[in-house]
Formats: sequence, structure tokens, C-alpha cells
Amino acid sequence: MAAICSLFIINKSGGLIFYKDYGSSGRMDTNDSLRLASLWHSMHAISQQLSPVVGCAGIELLEADTFDLHCFQSLTGTKFFVVCEPGTQHMESLLKFIYELYTDYVLKNPFYEMEMPIRCELFDLNLSQAIQKDRVALLGR
Amino acid sequence: MQFFGGSDTISPSPPIPTGLANNGNMMYVFNRNGICLIYKEWNRSLRTLSSQQDHKLMFGLLFSLKSFTTKMDPSNVEKGNLGVPQLPGQGCSFHSFRTNTYKLSFMESPSGIKIILVTSPKAGDLRESLKYIYNLYVEYVVKNPLYTPGTPIRSELFNTNLDQYVKNLA
Repeated sequence: MAAICSLFIINKSGGLIFYKDYGSSGRMDTNDSLRLASLWHSMHAISQQLSPVVGCAGIELLEADTFDLHCFQSLTGTKFFVVCEPGTQHMESLLKFIYELYTDYVLKNPFYEMEMPIRCELFDLNLSQAIQKDRVALLGR
Repeated sequence: MQFFGGSDTISPSPPIPTGLANNGNMMYVFNRNGICLIYKEWNRSLRTLSSQQDHKLMFGLLFSLKSFTTKMDPSNVEKGNLGVPQLPGQGCSFHSFRTNTYKLSFMESPSGIKIILVTSPKAGDLRESLKYIYNLYVEYVVKNPLYTPGTPIRSELFNTNLDQYVKNLA
């Protein structure tokens, strides 16, 4: 199994705009991935309500029995999250890097409509390069 | 930073004394029917809801997170449908999540008792501590002949032992 299992990008209203699977067994169908994305969006919001102190920005890391989920939320409310093997390092920097790719190849694309599913060839290309294991190791210098 | 609005109206409270920063913030124990058996708080400056609503929200969050992790589980092919209620121990569960302001550790016993400990985000792995708290529950609550299962816990011994343990938690 690859270190990174899947990547999701959710827009600010909880809709899934990008999903890519990197070899988890039993690929999810489209409906399930959409449901999981909006479920994550709401749980992220609820976790802020339950904070014991002010200034909570939602779940950053969820540690499950068989995977870790790292989530990064941009200032505009777009959420990026990766599902990876338990204990995988340097996921924060990878998410920041994916965010950079998103701003460069998606937001600066004049044909991209905001909050709509991402279909940008250059983004896909650069993303698959970034996800490759050696690149992940490199990012965590 | 806050993106979901609303909390700007709550006036900021004095910062938590640094000496207590590693101690627990709150603890919940739920039984399998979602009844809150015990709720304790040590330092909680922000309350957005009434206590009953807060317990319901917490139980709901754990329930949804459990169905989320069961469905997300990359190691399992047969995952069933999203949102189908799971028996304790069935499907992929989770043991903690972390935000920038707190860390929530979670344990579920085979009988469906859920123990939730909320601590500072810097806290380490608390799975063993939760097991210890579960042991306290078994010793002082379950073995108490006067305790009716499913009712809020009012055991003096349990309370003092728990308080002491969480206060000394590193």
C-alpha cells in the first residue's frame, strides 16, 4: 500500500471539488466520496464548537486505527485533506505544497469557475509528481 | 483563526495558567445509548451551548466520525454503506483527533462505554490513560452494588480518584 491513500479537496460550502485515489483497496464510488467530503466538512465545523478555548480552527489530524487523516484549511475555507498510513511524516508540508499547486494551476486558470470541480491537466500532472514518495521525503528536509 | 463566524461575539477569557496547560480540559463518559454518565471539566473557558446540547453534539460527532472512519478505511474492501450503525469494535475506529486548540482522545469498550478526554493539543498518546480511566470505572462504578447501570455516576470514590489521576496526567 502506498504511503498516501487518497486526496480530497472540498470547497467552502462542503462540496467535493477534487478526489484522487492512490491505491487504497476497494475504491470508493463517486456518491460515497461526495458524502464523505460533506460529512468531513460538517464534522470540521462541529469540532470548532466543542473547543474548550476560543480560536479553534477545526480538526488538523485524525488518527484512526488503520490510517491518519491530515487536514489543511486555507484562509478562504477550502479544505485539503490526505488519507495516509499511520505515522506518515511531513504531511503538513505536502498539504501546503498542494495548496500552492492549487493556487498556481487552478485559481490562475482563466477557464476555472470558482467552487466547481477541478479539471486542470497541469494541476493533475504536477500533483502526481508531488505525491510520488521521493518527493514527499524531499519536502520534509 | 476562525472561519465559521459567530465566535467573535464571545469575549476572550483570561489565558489558562501555563502550569495547567498539560492537564485535561474536559472528560465525558457515554454509555452505548448516548446517555452521558459523567461529565467533568477542569479548565474550560468557552461554552457555546447548554450542557445537554453540548453532550448531544459530542456524542453525535463521535458517532459520525466513527462512520466516517469505517467508510474511509483504506485497508478494507468490504465497508458497507455509509452511516449504518456499527457495533462496538466493528469497523475501523479512531483513537484521537487534534485541532489547534485541543486534542480529543477516545476509547470505546466492548460494551459500548465511550470515554472521551479533551486535553491540550501538545499531549501525547493517551490510549493507556484512557484504559486506566476505564479500569477506575470498572472498579468503582461497575462493582458498586448500589449503582444502577445507565444512570449518571455519583460515586465519590470514582470522582476523587479520577480528579487526582487527570490532575497528575503529564
